[in-house]
Amino acid sequence: MGTPILELQNISKQFPGVKALDDVHFEMQAGEVHALLGENGAGKSTLIKIISGVYKPDTGVIKLEGQPVQFNNPHEAQAHGIATIYQELSLYPELTVAENIFMGHSPHRRIGPFNVVDWRKMFEQAREILDSLNIHDLDVRRKLSTLSVGNRQRVEIAKALSQNARILIMDEPTAALTEADVVRLFDIVRLLRERGVGIIYISHRLHEVFELADRVTVLRDGQYVDTKLVKDTTEDDLVSMMVGRTIDNLFPKLEAEIGKPVLEVRNLERKPMTRGVSFTLRAGEIVGVAGLVGSGRSELAQTIFGITPPDSGEILVDGQPVTINSPAAAMNHGIAYVPEDRGTQGLVRQMRLRENISMAILRTLTQQGFINRKAEAELAARSIKQLNIRAYSVDQVANKLSGGNQQKVVVGKWLASQPRILIMDEPTRGIDVGAKAEIHRLMSELAQQGLAILMISSELPEILGMSDRILVMREGKIVAEFDRSEATQERIAAAMMSAAAPNNANGVPQPAAMQEA
Amino acid sequence: MAAITREKFQRSAAASSADILKRLANQEVILLAAIVLLTLFVSLYEMGALGRAQPRFLSERNVVLVLQGNAYIAVAAIGMSLVIISGNIDISVGSLIGVLAVVGGNLAVWLDKNSLPVWIAWIAPLFLGGLAGAVNGFLVAYLRIPAIVVTLGMLSILKGGLISVTGGEWIKDLPTSYFLSQQRPLSGLPEMLGNPEGFLGYLASVIGQLPVPVYAMFILTIAAALWMKYSAFGRSVYAVGGNAEAARLSGLSTQSIVFRVFIINGVFVGIASVLFATQLSIIQSTVPAGVELLIITSAVVGGVSILGGTGTAVGAMLAAILLSAITAALLFMNVSPYWTKAFQGVLILITVLADIVRRRRQARQISG
Repeated sequence: MGTPILELQNISKQFPGVKALDDVHFEMQAGEVHALLGENGAGKSTLIKIISGVYKPDTGVIKLEGQPVQFNNPHEAQAHGIATIYQELSLYPELTVAENIFMGHSPHRRIGPFNVVDWRKMFEQAREILDSLNIHDLDVRRKLSTLSVGNRQRVEIAKALSQNARILIMDEPTAALTEADVVRLFDIVRLLRERGVGIIYISHRLHEVFELADRVTVLRDGQYVDTKLVKDTTEDDLVSMMVGRTIDNLFPKLEAEIGKPVLEVRNLERKPMTRGVSFTLRAGEIVGVAGLVGSGRSELAQTIFGITPPDSGEILVDGQPVTINSPAAAMNHGIAYVPEDRGTQGLVRQMRLRENISMAILRTLTQQGFINRKAEAELAARSIKQLNIRAYSVDQVANKLSGGNQQKVVVGKWLASQPRILIMDEPTRGIDVGAKAEIHRLMSELAQQGLAILMISSELPEILGMSDRILVMREGKIVAEFDRSEATQERIAAAMMSAAAPNNANGVPQPAAMQEA
Repeated sequence: MAAITREKFQRSAAASSADILKRLANQEVILLAAIVLLTLFVSLYEMGALGRAQPRFLSERNVVLVLQGNAYIAVAAIGMSLVIISGNIDISVGSLIGVLAVVGGNLAVWLDKNSLPVWIAWIAPLFLGGLAGAVNGFLVAYLRIPAIVVTLGMLSILKGGLISVTGGEWIKDLPTSYFLSQQRPLSGLPEMLGNPEGFLGYLASVIGQLPVPVYAMFILTIAAALWMKYSAFGRSVYAVGGNAEAARLSGLSTQSIVFRVFIINGVFVGIASVLFATQLSIIQSTVPAGVELLIITSAVVGGVSILGGTGTAVGAMLAAILLSAITAALLFMNVSPYWTKAFQGVLILITVLADIVRRRRQARQISG
């Protein structure tokens, strides 16, 4: 092998509270498709943002064809021939295909004193680029908004080529594509490889890695695990490389008496992301829901909580069928929902701690239209004590608390409603280890007291450490169920990502549904 | 719990003078200080540069005029505060005041002719205002049309409709019992206090001079402030404006809250229209120009965040008084009245800028 087209050595990047990358290496040859694998939060996104100039590494060297380079912004990376195709496409829907391809560097000509866009040349050159990619079915004069997602993505690739990209970063390019589009995309990727472009390919679908990539680099918890030739590895190898870590006492799981079923869900449907889900949740039980981002976990929670009421199916609370068509109705049945994103769904940041904690039970604190402020303050003080919230008073504005304490406030708000069924969506995302362990301990204690907890999490250690039972979701369905005793990271990860995607084969357009959601 | 209270106690014991200053530096205190400073400045300017022995700016007559002239703006600004706190906007309020003033005036004339009680003309606009607010609120809350679009449409309908229906005719023969601005409920106060001397006497005579609209302004402001702070509904309005999604997930009925906010705003606009109409001897059949801007300015300068979620009624009222005082001050200093608008504009920009800077600083604290 010759000089690598791209080489990263000893890259570290620290964010407040998180070490996103710790001494990471990466190396790619020209004409190689190099897959980058890792769980959510493993550091893939940070790494590609460093390569594409969005972030600057704290330490480490980036070399292009052996020469050390430094990017101060994405523009400088682009000028060095690095193009990125993000999950959310960065195109202009109201402009034509050609305009999008040449955005920022359209061919010009002079008319007298004016420098004007040379439209004819632009359309011609756009045509040439598309032809060179074997794309003959796209009209360069069409408005982008009239194109399918797959075609937009091809425009995005053409745009990268028009800037003479030598390195192309593709971040989950197939997440929103139909099967036919995936095939066409792979053809283009292979064509680019033949031309000597280096392609960094990120995907959660392992079979794509085996179909397309030459080598694969695995990251875990911000650290470099290994780089292997794809032909020398197996799916099982990769999964254990991605998840292989030990579980410590971050998960103080306590024995709880499992009681009667309190929540039963039967054939719950809410198009497009909840497709025939059935499960049972018992008193004292913590049920973990695992699945990739976009597998329909949060959507399921939101359907049960009445945010997006179900199209069909049954929800039973204590064995009685109930109708839940709003969060208020769900609360009346003793259901509480700690949402995924505390910033946009959980907290009112400019309100005080007491006001946030009392929000879900404001009605019970109100007499003749006025709030009983004493009862409210006592409630907030109890929450502060129970959850060990570090605030100097119940009147502190929520905005001024740390992330972990903000999350505790949201949990406190929902515990105040004295639920019997608690749905927690990513209960410890983005908070420090200490607060994480505290929330886990609280969950264990609550389960001991008979609360039924449904916990959605993208962190497998959390799922394994806290759950009595584990449900695995993929494409809006529960595809596997494990008991605590039989669950392993490998088995869950395999069920989450399973290469054999039976629904795909017969052309059910399921991946496209994700993008509508 | 003991630990918390102890910690809190230690905190407040350790509170430095900087902390106290910070606590005082809220919008209401700043506005009050601005009003006092402005008054001092103009008075000194009058005595110094213009050589007047007694500053006319502080004369009873001017104080009453400043307070009364803008009372209807302040009252409408309370309703507007609610609307903006809830995360919406209503730009039809100026037109609604114009229309309701004409309706109220005509009603007063008709009631008087038919020997019916004229006070009905004070009450009817409240209901009509509430009705208009309900239409706005329904469109915004339940049909989810952006508030700016809905109220812009309402503005045009009211404005155009008013001229079409009345043909631009003025209302002249208003019954004297209609004029609220000439009724001074506490005019006997100095006598009641035994005609005191000095500052107390000055205060008593000013209070005695105050007409009904000024009392309406103060009473409504205080009532609204208490209600917004201590009622469950007031709390929900802040929650919806601060984070509608979080409020909805907490079981609050965000649509019904927004709907009711618009109705309440309509009632306040109704009251404002009565205060406006009952101080005029002739009611013109046109919409008073730029009133909605003045009302929104009062709310925003009063500390209501344009992004929703924060602000108070007291701030809005103080800002309305400040704006009115600035207009009067420029007049007393012989500055062209055209500068008034420019000053108001500068004031808006400064306040909004301060709000945004404050938010950015908070955002940085969180991420950092």
